[in-house]
Amino acid sequence: MDNPQDGAQRFKYIGRRRRTKEDRRFVTGAGKFVADVAPPGVKHVALVKSPHPCARIIAINIERARALPGVQYVLTGAEIAAATDPLLQYLNTPAVHWFPLAVGRARYAGEWVAAVVADSRYIAEDAAELVEVQYEPLPFVIDPEAALDPASPPVHPDHGSNIIYQRKFTWGPVAEDFAQAAHTLSFRTRWNRNSTLPIETFGVVAQWNPGVELLDIWASVQMPQYAEQIATALRMPLNQVRVHNDVDVGGSYGTKRGIKHTVLTAYLARRLGVPVRFIEDRLDNMNGSDMHGPDRIFDAQIAFGDDGVIRSMKLRAADDAGAYAGRAPLQLGKPVGAIVGAYRINSVEYEAISLTTNKTGQVAVRGFGQSPTNVALETAVERVAAFLNLDRVTVRERNFIRKSEFPYRIPSGSLYDSGDYHTVIHKALDLAHYPELLARRDGIRATGDLAGIGISTCLEPSGGNSAFESLLNSQNDTTTFLESVAVKVDRHGMVTAVINTTSSGQGHETLVSAIVGEELQRDPDKIRVLHADSLSGLFTHSPVGSRMAIMMGGAASGAARKLKERMLRIAAHNLGVSLEKLHYENGDVSVVGDAGRALAWNNIVQIAHRLYHKMPPDMEPGLQATFVLEVPLGGTLPTAEGTVQMYPCYSFQAHVLLLAIDRGTCKPRILDYAIAHDCGTVINPDIVRGMIIGGTAHGIGAALYEKFEYDAGGQLLSQTLMDYLLPSIHEVPEIRVTEHCTPSPVTSLGQKGVGEGGYLGAPAAIVSAVNDALAPLGKTLDAVPMRIRDIWDIVHGTPR
Amino acid sequence: MSHHEITLRVNGTSRTAVVPARMTLVDFLRDELRLTGTHVGCEHGICGACTVQFDGKPIRSCLMFAVQAQGHDITTVEGLSGAEGALSALQEAFCENHALQCGYCTPGMLVAAQALLDACPDPSDDAIRDALSANICRCTGYVQIIEAVRLAATRLRARSGTDKEVGGG
Repeated sequence: MDNPQDGAQRFKYIGRRRRTKEDRRFVTGAGKFVADVAPPGVKHVALVKSPHPCARIIAINIERARALPGVQYVLTGAEIAAATDPLLQYLNTPAVHWFPLAVGRARYAGEWVAAVVADSRYIAEDAAELVEVQYEPLPFVIDPEAALDPASPPVHPDHGSNIIYQRKFTWGPVAEDFAQAAHTLSFRTRWNRNSTLPIETFGVVAQWNPGVELLDIWASVQMPQYAEQIATALRMPLNQVRVHNDVDVGGSYGTKRGIKHTVLTAYLARRLGVPVRFIEDRLDNMNGSDMHGPDRIFDAQIAFGDDGVIRSMKLRAADDAGAYAGRAPLQLGKPVGAIVGAYRINSVEYEAISLTTNKTGQVAVRGFGQSPTNVALETAVERVAAFLNLDRVTVRERNFIRKSEFPYRIPSGSLYDSGDYHTVIHKALDLAHYPELLARRDGIRATGDLAGIGISTCLEPSGGNSAFESLLNSQNDTTTFLESVAVKVDRHGMVTAVINTTSSGQGHETLVSAIVGEELQRDPDKIRVLHADSLSGLFTHSPVGSRMAIMMGGAASGAARKLKERMLRIAAHNLGVSLEKLHYENGDVSVVGDAGRALAWNNIVQIAHRLYHKMPPDMEPGLQATFVLEVPLGGTLPTAEGTVQMYPCYSFQAHVLLLAIDRGTCKPRILDYAIAHDCGTVINPDIVRGMIIGGTAHGIGAALYEKFEYDAGGQLLSQTLMDYLLPSIHEVPEIRVTEHCTPSPVTSLGQKGVGEGGYLGAPAAIVSAVNDALAPLGKTLDAVPMRIRDIWDIVHGTPR
Repeated sequence: MSHHEITLRVNGTSRTAVVPARMTLVDFLRDELRLTGTHVGCEHGICGACTVQFDGKPIRSCLMFAVQAQGHDITTVEGLSGAEGALSALQEAFCENHALQCGYCTPGMLVAAQALLDACPDPSDDAIRDALSANICRCTGYVQIIEAVRLAATRLRARSGTDKEVGGG
């Protein structure tokens, strides 16, 4: 069965290779990124930052800075705190207040203490150096395990503790399953701080237009409820804030949130009556942008039988959110939606703990907490196999949910829509030429070097709803996470679709044109897709949670189908037949069995736009349709036990790789990498392939290179790209990808999400490979990143 | 802060301007000439987003002052397209192979890859990797970029008739 896109044959445009609509503007240098937005007279911001991880701010002297020619203003925390409301915290933590600038106390080295506005960024930076801040250093906490100690100095004294969230969930008969299991084992995995770190830093341009009382915002943003958060913080009516979604975002992968940047910049633009822009430089981005990712310690216990079948799992995740929580702790919530991965684990205990420390804040990162969790989960499977001396593939096969069991409800409440995990893992093994890969590994070992084969699988929950908000905060009863698309056909018969969010490389214009083209049977290349601003457009929850193929795609299907229905009704009225008698092909409509009775696309367009006397009597003129889609299977609150339906769709990937470690240097090198994936109906094969390979490259970085390292004094040591190492073209191998298609039964065309899977599978696979390489030494390494020095320390037993 | 008059060629056109001594070349290209295709990623010479050709060789425009470009020849991404915006073979190959996602690193990648193809019409995969090893892409994982450069090289050789095997294939 080589399946693949069993659907591809039934589609005209979907699933076929075609150029994206976006690429042309980027290869000609004609993209419009936020730093390219330059309103006349725009002023520039530079920041004054705390050098201390925790300090009382005694005084700020701005006189010398203010006196520098070209300086317009110097803003401090006291002023903005008085004039704005605190930034949104998603947990119920009323004693934690978060403002764009530190107010009275700095809580991490790098926190913004003052902002300078000047005629150029050069002058603003000069002036920032002239701001004199008097600090009283205070005790601080950096290590998350130390922050668990009630005696640790609280980052927010009014909150009284560094624990800002803690709850133990029990789903199913955990105690019984542990008691009955033949074996148990326990282990710890450590996911250190990294981020997906886009090459474009965050930036924002704000302009207040007093004549129309409108605040214009251009930003490199990817965030739900962005305009709402701006309006709330600035105490403005929401319809006075206009976010321009036609800004090209230079990569985000979850991280481009920038709400504090935006409130700061917008406040200054209103206060000064001039356009203001703040584009982070790389230091701003690394040390004080609140864009670090999860920083997590997992303690796991597994109960299993002689056959390797896992009955139950206890997982404790302690996550270091940094100094301000924002949306970050919710990253402990999303993994609940796939807490058992691809496996039929009968019961689960999950304890989620979110901690504050004196570090820059954490933000959403690709997968929203799922990748660290998947490392823990896949490590469990590998440990069970090692304990029983069973083959790792065999143990996975014995634990996989079977194809016949879908839809399958996991203990934490989510229904997995569809899948065929046994087939997909074998496609990955076949693509990797697994027996030959084993022989290659053993050949390398025979030369004295270390080598290992990595295997992982991952579930990619996709279609993003916000169920984790209510799960982690009972004060929050939000259950709607909609997405909208409008489609119209103009008087010349041309199709335009309107979407309502920014894009950061996902290819939304290509997605929507392909789906609208498919539904209407019109050439996608001739369909225009525009990004409406937040006031002129419909509502959105932004491209998070691997949701746009499902949600924006589903809304595009819905709008196009409504439009087609209108066209058919116009044709039925004019041809004098009922709807069932009509045949629609490429936009032209004819009567079944009587092809001579027909209305061409343009005829229908003319009737709709100009010939009202030919319109069905109950129909409004014009050809337009909007569709607002709620997340399939969504819309429910969690139960008291903490079970809830999270995302609607579950994509699957299996990764197989060969990695060698040079015995002399301990440098790891990936020699071969194969992936099989199932994301349901593929809409654009090149985009899907790029997402998988790109996500995998992110995973390689997280597993082997990237870490925000703090010293004991609370200083961030990896503040530049010379210290924080990103995978270059030399570190990412030629990754091969094959696919399988199990359509989702809950989406418009069977599609599922694909934006995160590579990043979910790769770290677990590389951990697997490194540990397979270390196995002959009888050693394990359970913390990522596994940098050269970390591998060296393990191999040699002592730090060099 | 001293100011200096400079004259340089940018994408084939002579440009003269008075600039502060400390203005970087990338800020000059973007803010003074409004050639915003060249991007700023790190400002310390690691990411390669600001790569332009300096007398035909790829350099970091964030690590050079505008005054240092006095009398030199600069090519930016805007200079890669042909007459009336016709895409170059490399730009076409990037589009055809979807060798980008967000597009932010793309101008630097194209400028660096074009310099490779100008110097070496038949680069090996290793040569492609070496030529692009100073440009970071966070979206693609590079695989489709390498394929695009390979495709462009093949087409350019076929077009110039230097590679009979390709021309025949």
